Amino acid sequence: MSTTAIETKVALDQALNLDTAPRKQSSVEVTDYNNRQTVGNITVDNPKMVCRGVNVYYGEKHAIKNVGLDIGANEVIAFIGPSGCGKSTFLRCLNRMNDTIPICRVTGQIRLDSDDIYDKSIDVVQLRARVGMVFQKPNPFPKSIYENVAYGPRIHGMVNDKAELDDLVRASLERAGLIKEVDKRMGEPGTSLSGGQQQRLCIARAIAVNPEVILMDEPCSALDPIATAKIEELIDELRENYTIIIVTHSMQQAARVSQRTAYFHLGDLIEVGDTDQIFTNPKHKLTEDYITGRFG
Amino acid sequence: MQSFLLLALILLSIGGYTLGRKRAVAVAGGHIRNLHSLPSFYGSYAALWCGLPALIVFAVWATLQPGIIIDLVVAGLPPELRDLPPDRLNLLVNDLKNLVSGNIVSSTPDPAMLAAADRYRNLQVIGNASLWVVVMTLAIAGVAYAWRAISPTLRARNRVERVVDLFLIASSTVAIFTTVGIVLSVVFESILFFRQVPITEFLFGLQWSPQTALRADQVGSSGAFGSVPLFAGTLLISGIAMVVAVPIGLMSALFLSEYATPKFRAVAKPALEILAGIPTVVYGFFAALTVAPLIREIGAAMGLHVASESALAAGLVMGIMIIPFVSSLSDDVINAVPQSMRDGSYALGATKSETIQRVLLPAALPGIVGSILLAVSRAIGETMIVVMAAGLSANLTANPLEAVTTVTVQIVTLLTGDQEFDSPKTLAAFALGLMLFVVTLILNIIALHVVRKYREQYE
Amino acid sequence: MNKPTPAAGAPAPLNRDIKTIVNAGLKRRHAAERHFRWYGLIAISLGLAFVVLMFANIIGKGYPAFWQTYIQVPIQFDAAVLDPDGKRDPQTLANADYAALVRAGMRQLFPNAQGRLELRALYGLVSSDAAHELHRRVLQTPALIGAEQELWLLASANVDTLVKGNIDRALDESERPIKDNQIEWVNKLQAAGKIEKQFNAILFSNGDSREPEQAGIRGALMGSFYTLLVTFLLSFPIGAATAVYLEEFAPKNRWTDLIEVNINNLAAVPSIVFGLLGLAVFINFFGLPRSAPLVGGLVLSLMTLPVIIIAGRAALTSVPPSIREAALGMGASKLQMVGHHVLPLAMPGMLTGSIIGMARALGESAPLLMIGMVAFIVDVPKSFMDPSTVLPVQIYLWSDLPERAFVERTSAAIMVLLAFMILMNGLAILLRKRFERRW
Repeated sequence: MSTTAIETKVALDQALNLDTAPRKQSSVEVTDYNNRQTVGNITVDNPKMVCRGVNVYYGEKHAIKNVGLDIGANEVIAFIGPSGCGKSTFLRCLNRMNDTIPICRVTGQIRLDSDDIYDKSIDVVQLRARVGMVFQKPNPFPKSIYENVAYGPRIHGMVNDKAELDDLVRASLERAGLIKEVDKRMGEPGTSLSGGQQQRLCIARAIAVNPEVILMDEPCSALDPIATAKIEELIDELRENYTIIIVTHSMQQAARVSQRTAYFHLGDLIEVGDTDQIFTNPKHKLTEDYITGRFG
Repeated sequence: MQSFLLLALILLSIGGYTLGRKRAVAVAGGHIRNLHSLPSFYGSYAALWCGLPALIVFAVWATLQPGIIIDLVVAGLPPELRDLPPDRLNLLVNDLKNLVSGNIVSSTPDPAMLAAADRYRNLQVIGNASLWVVVMTLAIAGVAYAWRAISPTLRARNRVERVVDLFLIASSTVAIFTTVGIVLSVVFESILFFRQVPITEFLFGLQWSPQTALRADQVGSSGAFGSVPLFAGTLLISGIAMVVAVPIGLMSALFLSEYATPKFRAVAKPALEILAGIPTVVYGFFAALTVAPLIREIGAAMGLHVASESALAAGLVMGIMIIPFVSSLSDDVINAVPQSMRDGSYALGATKSETIQRVLLPAALPGIVGSILLAVSRAIGETMIVVMAAGLSANLTANPLEAVTTVTVQIVTLLTGDQEFDSPKTLAAFALGLMLFVVTLILNIIALHVVRKYREQYE
Repeated sequence: MNKPTPAAGAPAPLNRDIKTIVNAGLKRRHAAERHFRWYGLIAISLGLAFVVLMFANIIGKGYPAFWQTYIQVPIQFDAAVLDPDGKRDPQTLANADYAALVRAGMRQLFPNAQGRLELRALYGLVSSDAAHELHRRVLQTPALIGAEQELWLLASANVDTLVKGNIDRALDESERPIKDNQIEWVNKLQAAGKIEKQFNAILFSNGDSREPEQAGIRGALMGSFYTLLVTFLLSFPIGAATAVYLEEFAPKNRWTDLIEVNINNLAAVPSIVFGLLGLAVFINFFGLPRSAPLVGGLVLSLMTLPVIIIAGRAALTSVPPSIREAALGMGASKLQMVGHHVLPLAMPGMLTGSIIGMARALGESAPLLMIGMVAFIVDVPKSFMDPSTVLPVQIYLWSDLPERAFVERTSAAIMVLLAFMILMNGLAILLRKRFERRW
């Protein structure tokens, strides 16, 4: 904790620009000298995604302010914070879902492995195949369960024949822990499932294209506790194969599923750290206030 | 004359209103607080008593008077005229009316007719005069009654509101009466028609030539009333229209809702909807004078024979007319698909067109089918374009370059021009109207049902 | 790079590198995307092109009709012809042979014309309305009698068409409506500056006529006016009342459901069926006169009602419930709440809907054909009961006539009709913009 955050970031960006090879370690060490700076050691081994100086504007509104964050491979990182703090907005930057909103503008740098995802040479189609997403409300397509899962592989041309596709669909459903429940009803519409099953179907749909990162935007907020428990269990299993970034409204959920937690407040990234540390010993006053339920 | 009476009645009612108001204030001793309702309600109460009964009597009287006068005049005609067959008698009455209104009559009027006309005029004068007297008396009596009835305890507001309530309820039933009127009028005349022409011949006959002869002994006096060629023609033209309108309308809607910038959309959407506002007679003119000759020339250049009233020309222009119909309905339907569906697809890396083709369209399909059904029903019922650009002869063909005729064209040709009302020819028009009504009604009910179910799915 | 370790029994495809797989198909997929986008753009361009094409076509055909050809003819108001006994008796003046004056004038212009056929061709250059024109002038200023004047007289439709360049002069004489000698005369007149085009006031002042140059749309316009007036007077109050009843008062039961379904279905019933209703009920059952604007208005108001009701209900639902609660909370009766608060707020929306409904009624012709508003009517209607026609039906009638001059007039009538429709829709948009409230 010796230099200011800005200096650190500038230095690091320069280093990053020179070096395009995958890095084994990436680190931003920042200090807190006013409320607007992130605290915590955000060093990760084996970074999967690296964000530097990310700003998001909705028209005139400055929604994300100069956020720097590293996300390690095969970790589950949770974004928490009060509503409207920008955690979902930031999440949607990571697979450029904000592109669909005309007034939204993103500056700064976000890297997936060695690729700058906002670079012109990056195809958003390819990016989204690599960075999957699961939404707040389960949104199965109005198609059969099978077709829902087969959708991604089909559009990306991932399989050569029907048998391969069958295998892939079954394997994805299995990973999503849904295969037992839907084995006999693959032809039924996805919407005929219960809410929790629908959400797991959406997870199966996302992992069918074998992404590297899965973004989850409050995936359990529309579900009952039992369904939530199942999804949380699933997230824990998926960690083995994927990097998972989860936005959640529930601190308990963050504590249960994530290794690291990032706390956002009014567009600022306030604190990042190991989940245990954030919840037991927050370094920042705002984080503490939020954790202890003074607001939220 | 009658409008003067109406004016007088309105003036009287306004007078009644002021009187009622004043009276209310007077009976309350100048303290409005003592009254049950506001003075204006007492005014309205008096005005209603003045105007309403008089108006009802006026309306009934005005409807009945002409018929009664005619009956009286006919009863007073010499027996040889009175005992004419009904259709001749009708003509006679028509002549009589023309004579009365001072128009030129076909033949030189004979004295009996002149006398009858005089009688007619006299009766009219008497009738109108008594109408004035009765209506005015009623109006004044109404005001007088209200004047006496007004007291501080009279619940004028409730009474007035009751009348307004009744008016509202009565208004809402007009729609029902319209439907009943449509059904009754077409069903009644159709029954008369089916007494003369068997219903099976009408439904399944392949020949349509409704020319009834002027004299009974003329050849082909019976006519043929097989409606199959008409429905085939209607389907052919509507089919061509849908071939034009569905792809263009649907693709326009997709482009506008998924690709176009908000600016482009703001300009192009209303511009396209201009097409929906253009009167159909203008399309008909365009079809008959521009498109049909064009198609004929193109056909001739390609060595094809194209009828000058080809189904293609009418169908093409009808298709243009229906484009905005399809596009705005599909636009609604497409916009009703929740954004989360699109997000789900984009998040998997689908391109826009993949999202549209594989997610949006399947999701919106029921709604789109519904709107296409509505468009079909529109095409089937469309009249002016086909009247002006399609043919009159009933050909049973699927060749779009030939002339065909449609149900609506036949209804118009059968009913324009002077016809006696109960010949099979005119009655056939009502039978066709019945078929048209039933077919479009079924299409509409299905379409509206499908669209509503579709909406509910996403609400 | 971190490779996911395969779960037990997971098939091979899951392990393939997603980047390469996606890359392989990208080119094809982006091409498909571009194509699809193009189809959309082509579709909307086609749609818009049709709009432009129709307007261009009609304006191109119709704008010449706003000018009409006139020929300057020397007219001798010969007292011997007009008023032989010199009493200035209106009866005599009315029956005088004005056509003879026109004929004399024409002969004076071209003294060389000889023979019955040639003279007839010469007289055919001016419209038969020229004689009526002289009559009108004499009645207005009887002092004209005995005087001589150079007058601009209405040319016949054929001359008008020729002057506007719509007759192919190269055609064989037998194939065009105007003869060689007539063309020669017209050329001479043009050279002498005795032919000019003036604003076509006749189009707006005359009723229908068999002679194209004398045909106007005033009768149709007045017919449309009376018809629409009846339509508005009937459909607006009833439509508004129905909307208010259904939205504010009606209990939710099967009966009101029936009314709702009914209204939705009526909105989609073909207009011609309403014509059948009008014919069977208003004319045959109630014995109202055929061709009368009253009947037309009745039919059109039944057609317009669903539009007004649906728009009215939308306007009423957009008034927030809080306003109703506020009014009821102050002790207003339900009717007062509606009358004082809800209705004034919903009125702009209701009016907008009605104007759009009226615009549609203005363009409607099919049902009016059924009730006999399709007759050839020369007189301009003066009341709700006079036989009349309406503008779109007039267009339909004229479009059937083969003369080029009528094609022109049909297009001009369409332009007038479209102008009214644009005006009405513009008014509706203005009203909506002006009074639109966001709650």
